Amino acid sequence: MHELSIVSSIVDSVTESLAAYPGARVKEVRLRVGVLASVVEDSLQFCYGIATEDTPLAGSALIVKSLPIVAFCSKCNTEVELPGVQSFRCPLCDEPVSGLRQGRELEIESIEIEEV
Amino acid sequence: MTTRIVELRQGILKKNDELARALRGRFESAGVLVLNLVSSPGTGKTTFLERTLRELRTSGARAAALVGDLETDNDARRLAASGAPVRQINTHGICHLEAEMIGKLLDGWELADLEYLFIENVGNLVCPSSYDLGEKIRVALLSVTEGEDKPLKYPTLFNSADAAVITKIDIAEACGFDRDTALRNIKEIRAGIRIFETSAKTGAGMAEWLAYLAGSRSSR
Repeated sequence: MHELSIVSSIVDSVTESLAAYPGARVKEVRLRVGVLASVVEDSLQFCYGIATEDTPLAGSALIVKSLPIVAFCSKCNTEVELPGVQSFRCPLCDEPVSGLRQGRELEIESIEIEEV
Repeated sequence: MTTRIVELRQGILKKNDELARALRGRFESAGVLVLNLVSSPGTGKTTFLERTLRELRTSGARAAALVGDLETDNDARRLAASGAPVRQINTHGICHLEAEMIGKLLDGWELADLEYLFIENVGNLVCPSSYDLGEKIRVALLSVTEGEDKPLKYPTLFNSADAAVITKIDIAEACGFDRDTALRNIKEIRAGIRIFETSAKTGAGMAEWLAYLAGSRSSR
């Protein structure tokens, strides 16, 4: 349950990037969150409303795009998407997969702003 | 009025990741092996670490520990009884350690004098998994009293761990611990992970664990 500190980091980063757009209002903040990032969208949304009060992000929408795990299967020699987080086996050949290519992301993809 | 999309592509924990990277560089150039110990409250991290520190000292190795808790310095006092240098971090409500806290706590320590540095994280299986502390080895601990499906319930942590330690195996039978299922579940989440079955009370499994530490140090 560290969603509040995550949201505070989002507010800081977005506010910093707004320096290039004086007077702009933030309409939307889009995140990419891997299913292994240990972040719950409901709590993010709940904290977001509170943490953005009295900031340039106040009233903006938080859009969270959830990313499944993608791993490399050395047997099939290809990247595979895993159906969940309970098993790290290749859905094609059932062998354990090794390197994760996606699933831990916790990043701000973009923001939509309204310039005056 | 114009609407514009600004691409940021920025890690939310970027600040922590950058600090952790700098710490990792410091640890590597000082030649100290750093381990981050993560488990639920009550798994026995402190007891396991006490025994580890004591045995390392007996063998002449130089080890130190940083220990994180929400409140109290009870764990630091327990660990300091081993004779190793120990410092306590009180997070006052924060559910995990962050790289910045580690950096501050290292002030005044000569890292090059150490061979091993253990970081005992706040008891929590969720949040610590997102925060890199600059460690070389992340250790997930699980006690025989906790249920064999814990790795399935907390895949983020177990999947990011380099080693797993099962604690309290001296009471495994009394708890009805299903060893095969536990080992299978750990491997299901992290194939090929090193698993140690230990008891800090009887010393079972400690020799293998200490050999792993020594091996990890020399293979740096």
